[in-house]
Amino acid sequence: MSHSTSGQPPRQSMMRTPLGRVRGTGSAKQGSHHWIMQRVSSIALLPLTVWFIFSLATSAGMDYAEAIAWIGHPLNAVLLLALIGLTFQHTASGLQVVIEDYTNQEWLKIALILVVKGACWLLGIAAALAVLRIAV
Amino acid sequence: MSIMQDSREATMIGRRSDGTLIRRPLSPHLQVYDMLQMTSALSIMHRISGVAWVAGVVLMTWWLIAAAAGPSAFATVQWFLSSFLGILLLLGVTAAAWYHTLAGIRHLAWDAGWGYDIPTAYKTGRAVLIGTAVLTALTWLALLISW
Repeated sequence: MSHSTSGQPPRQSMMRTPLGRVRGTGSAKQGSHHWIMQRVSSIALLPLTVWFIFSLATSAGMDYAEAIAWIGHPLNAVLLLALIGLTFQHTASGLQVVIEDYTNQEWLKIALILVVKGACWLLGIAAALAVLRIAV
Repeated sequence: MSIMQDSREATMIGRRSDGTLIRRPLSPHLQVYDMLQMTSALSIMHRISGVAWVAGVVLMTWWLIAAAAGPSAFATVQWFLSSFLGILLLLGVTAAAWYHTLAGIRHLAWDAGWGYDIPTAYKTGRAVLIGTAVLTALTWLALLISW
């Protein structure tokens, strides 16, 4: 290892086992999973989001009965459920990165991430339940 | 390097491809960049538009729950969405959503290793801005026609 110019290796090298270095999953033991899932969900959200915006923009004058019929249509209901799940997954992981970057207190960082994840789960379940209640 | 002043530094220890340890730079801090430069301005705008989109996600959830709850709850959400504040919110969310979508495609291209050189970065940056304006205008045109 030729990384130090001061003649003394950095302290971190002593805290890291060769096995841990080979595994390469870091202190959170997740490796690049979070980063990859953000990209995967963003790719899946591309067509779903364009479909959702297009659908609503072209039927803005929907009344209650028309809205129920649209949400309840099997194809729309399936796409809505996929959109809801991926949207809240992507939102939670995106907000988590923002919190990690700008919070410098460990307890505050953990608290905010848990609040965001809790809110995303609850809102996601509520939205999915609404679609299921109309569609089923 | 030996004394950590900030809890974030614990996650800032990285490795080069040859295995040697390095201290990663801290995340983008707004103060150190020239925000009049398009590259850095568009970068932070991607983050801001992503956070702003949360408002749209909440509105979507409210709209769906109201539809499931019944006609009177649905009438309330439709009243709010067609109010001044509701239209302002929807307008902002539409622009943020299109920006985040187009800038997201730009980020995916970067992740694939394409478009890093400065002329291309400026070209795609301008394309994202123009695309956001055009798609937001088209979305609202469709919306107003179908209203």
